[in-house]
This record gives sequence, C-alpha cells and structure tokens, in this order.
Amino acid sequence: MKKKSLGDRIFEICNTIFMVAFVVITLYPVLNTLAISFNDGIDTVRGGIHLIPRKFTLQNYYTVLHKQNMVTGAYITVLRTVVGTFLALATNALLAFIVSRKRFLFKSQLSLFWVITMYVNGGLIPVFLLYKNLHLTGTFWVYVIPGTVSAFNMLVLRTYMVGLPDSLEESAQLDGAGYMTIFVKIISPLCKPVYATVALFVAVGQWNSWFDAMLYNRMSDKYTTLQYELMKLLSSVMQQSGSADSARNSANSITPASIRAAATIATMLPIVCLYPFLQRYFVTGLTIGGVKE
Amino acid sequence: MSRGKKQAKQKITWKEIKRQKVLLIWAALFVIYGFIFYYLPLGGWIMAFQNYKPKTGLLHSKFIGLDKFKFLFGDATFIRVIRNTLAMGTINLVTSFIMAIVFAILLNEVKNVLGKKMVQTISYLPHFLSWIIVTGILHDALSSTGIVNEILLKLGIIESQINFFAHESYFWPIVAFSNLWKETGWNAIIYLAAITAIDPSLYEAASIDGAGRWAKIRYITLPGIKPTIMILLLMNVGNVLNAGFEVQYILGNGLVQKVSQTIDIYVLNWGISQNDYSLGTAAGIFKSAVSIVLILIANRIAKRSGEESLF
Repeated sequence: MKKKSLGDRIFEICNTIFMVAFVVITLYPVLNTLAISFNDGIDTVRGGIHLIPRKFTLQNYYTVLHKQNMVTGAYITVLRTVVGTFLALATNALLAFIVSRKRFLFKSQLSLFWVITMYVNGGLIPVFLLYKNLHLTGTFWVYVIPGTVSAFNMLVLRTYMVGLPDSLEESAQLDGAGYMTIFVKIISPLCKPVYATVALFVAVGQWNSWFDAMLYNRMSDKYTTLQYELMKLLSSVMQQSGSADSARNSANSITPASIRAAATIATMLPIVCLYPFLQRYFVTGLTIGGVKE
Repeated sequence: MSRGKKQAKQKITWKEIKRQKVLLIWAALFVIYGFIFYYLPLGGWIMAFQNYKPKTGLLHSKFIGLDKFKFLFGDATFIRVIRNTLAMGTINLVTSFIMAIVFAILLNEVKNVLGKKMVQTISYLPHFLSWIIVTGILHDALSSTGIVNEILLKLGIIESQINFFAHESYFWPIVAFSNLWKETGWNAIIYLAAITAIDPSLYEAASIDGAGRWAKIRYITLPGIKPTIMILLLMNVGNVLNAGFEVQYILGNGLVQKVSQTIDIYVLNWGISQNDYSLGTAAGIFKSAVSIVLILIANRIAKRSGEESLF
C-alpha cells in the first residue's frame, strides 16, 4: 500500500467530518420529533427535549388515534395511494407501450402531444373550474383521476420499453398474439424494475399530497387526508408558538405541538420503513429518466 | 434513439390501420383524456381577458381586454410577489445545484463502502417526507425552545432567543435551507450515477502522474459530469418560478408576508379566496409565459455554447 500524502489525509478527515455533520443535520430533527411524540405535552413546552423523552407517555398517540379526522384521513390516504398507484401504473404503462411500438402510425405525434403537457398547463384557476364542472370536486375521484397519466412517468417507462428487443413482439405476433397479450404477457413481465420505480414515485406523491384535499375537498371531512390533517395541526401549532403560556396553562396535558409530533411520526412511518428496500429501483428510475443517452 | 431512426417511416394504409386497430383505439382514449385534463384548461385562459362570473360562464362573460393585466402590473403587491418568487427560485436553484454536486463528489470520495451506503440511504430520507412534515420538524428545530436557539445561546453567539419566523431577513434563508435539507441527497443521485460512468483509467493515469485528490476532482470528475450538470440546469431553469409554493404557504405569516408571498400564493389568494377568477388566471398566464421564455433562453444559450440542448 502506498503511503498517503498529507494532503490526502487532511482531505479524508475533513470529508468524514462533513459526512457526519450531514447525517446529524438530516437525522436530528426527525429523531427530535420522535422524542417529542413520546413526551408529555406540557413538559415539552419547557423545552430541552433532544433525543430521549423526559416524561414518557403514549397519550399523544392515543389522542391521535382517537381523532375521527385522523382515522378518516388515514383510510382515504391508504385508499388513494393504492387506487392511484394502480391506475397510474396501468395507464402510463399502456401509453408507453403504444408509443414504443415501432410500427405504430402516430408514435411521434402521440409522444409530442404528451410532452407538451409537461411545459404548458392551464394553471390553478382554470383547472379548479374544470374539476368543478366535471363534478370531481367534493369526491374521492379528484385524487386519482386527474393527473393519472403523466408525461414524465410515461417517458421513463417508454425509455425502458424501447430498450427491449423487437424480436419479442415479432415472434409473439407470428404465434397469433394480439397487442393486449403482448402488453400483458410479454412486455410487462420484463418491465418489473421500471414498473416498481414508477409505482414508488406515484405512491409517494399520493401519500404526501395535501394541496388537493385543501383545494377540492375543503368542505367535506369525509375525504380528508393525513397530510391535510397534519397541515391543520401545524397551523394551530404555529398560531400558538408565540404564546407558549396559553399551552402551559391548559388543563389538559396534550398540546397541539405534541399531537403534531405523534401524527407526523405515524404518517412518515410507512414510508420510512419501506424506502430503504426500494433504493435500487428509484436509483435506476431516476437515471434512465434523467440521463438519457 | 438511433435504432428508431433507421426504420423507414410507416406508411398510413388501410391494411396497417386495420392491423393496429387496437393500438389506435387505445391511443384515441389517451388523446381524449389528455385533451380534457391538460388542454381544456388552456381554454380557461380566456377568463383573463373577461370579467368572469361563474353565473354567466365563459361564453357570456363580458370581455374587458387587458384590464386585469393592467391591474396586476399596477399592483405593488404583485410586483413584490414577482420579486419574491424570482429571488427564492434563483437562490434555491443555485444552492441546490452546488450542494448536490458537492455532496455527490465528496460522497464518491468516501472509501468505506458500508459508511458510504449508510450516508446515502439516510440522505434520501427527507425526500420522501411531505413538505408539511418537513416544515413542521424544521419549525420545531427553529422554534424558541428548539435546538438552533439552544446551540446559539450556549455558544454565546446570541444573548436571547431569536424568533426566526418573525423576521423578514431570515425567511429566504429558511426556505433555501428547507429545500437543501429535503432534496440534496436525492438530487445527488444523478451526479453519483454520472461519476460512476467516468472511465476509471483516467483516474489511474492521473495517479501515475502524481495527481492528488483535489486535482483529480478538478480535472477529471468535474469535467466528467459537466454534461449532466448542464442538462439538469436547463431542465430546472424553467422551474424557477415553480420553486415556491408549499414552504412559503405553510411558513408564511403576517409578519413576513412582504417577503414570503409568491406568485402561486397570490393566485390562490385572489382566485380561490377572493373569487376573482379572472385576476388569478391572468397572474397564472404571466407565470407560464415567463417560464417558457426562461426555458427557451436557456436552451438557446446551451445550443450556442455547444452543450446538449433539450429540443
């Protein structure tokens, strides 16, 4: 082994310090929220909670789980994530399949039709009015029907499908298979990695969105989502943050801040548990989507 | 895609149409869907030139020409909103590019495989959290009893707690930091992939010539990922005006309103809360127009300097 130069050694030390700092800055706020979520609400107001709860309690989680809106929100969020991901995957994959067929007569026109939508859009108000006129507002469907087909996801899928050998399709056609069979039985099984990527992107997007709930279903608690409930909790925390005394004086040992912490942890838990195992998929997905050769 | 170009263009014949009947029917359904959800709202732009009333609808509302646009540019709030959006968008764009590239390069220099893998996995975490969660936990960190105030107090840098959310001067940096905190690891993915694609023999040759770490980063890694940097920069310039809604909406409050409001919030306030659909649409059109101009300019510059271009 060659002896390392002084410069290299200094570089390595600095680099290690940088990486440790990066990890601490990334993780600390999350772990702090975790500690607050298990700490007594009134006690938290005193400050000084870092990584370990001082006055351990499960009261915050208990309160969250018994809030009707949180339960509805969780149900709607799970439902929209499942339905939305399935719909988006099925439609985008089919569209990508169509435009990646070499023989398809309008493949460039159809691609262009969708690529344009990435750059030009009507904007908030016209879209809002459209959904209203289509009677999508005030329903569950406003979460999953608009935006299901997206040019970006389609392009990621198309790039992958174009890379598959043509002979697959040709030999299947010789055997008398129609396009539906080719799509379902031959192309789709080969696209599993890229399907997983797109499914992950869509699922995370569905799980995390709150703006559509606020904009289109503000009036009906029936279709509230977890993130929107969190948003409401957060606003009440921020209104109180100036007046810590009011929280201190409340008879109840539960404060908006501690409930918010518990709700935050509960909401992020599924994603935090899942994403490390899906790394391989989103890394490849981003790379084929972003650095196209 | 060179393979596609080799094939001669398919002629439209009855026989071919019949053969692809299924594909054509599916394609038609996608065109109808796309038309309704992406193209139809563009028709709503007419509203910006009308005194739109939901009762009378698009067809019977009175046309008022450019009045709404004149109002916009005479409105001091709107001018300030444009400034805020451009400023925050630019700050975010620049800081996030620099941080992602620096992080990717430095992570690539970590020789401990397990450590590298762990840092990388942790760095993706914030990307998967929603803006609500991110602003919430950063709000905790910056609150009067939060860690930032505590550290600053202990180090003696400040004498009493700072209320970070009550001062205009802290708002843009907070937005930029939230953005960095959430997306640095994620944005670095593409650069890391690009670095992996650099020919290792270049590094070996440089080592033989006696190049140190810095020299290798400067003369091999950076030039190696330059095309990736350029194409991503191009793709993101058009998004500068989009770089501002959620954080600003959630963290903005009366005290910092002057620096926190962005075009999107302006549109939301006028359009949805005040029901002035026409004004909201006009502001939205202005934003789209600026975005498209920015993309075209960036593309032109890229083409001229001989780099890759988008179209």
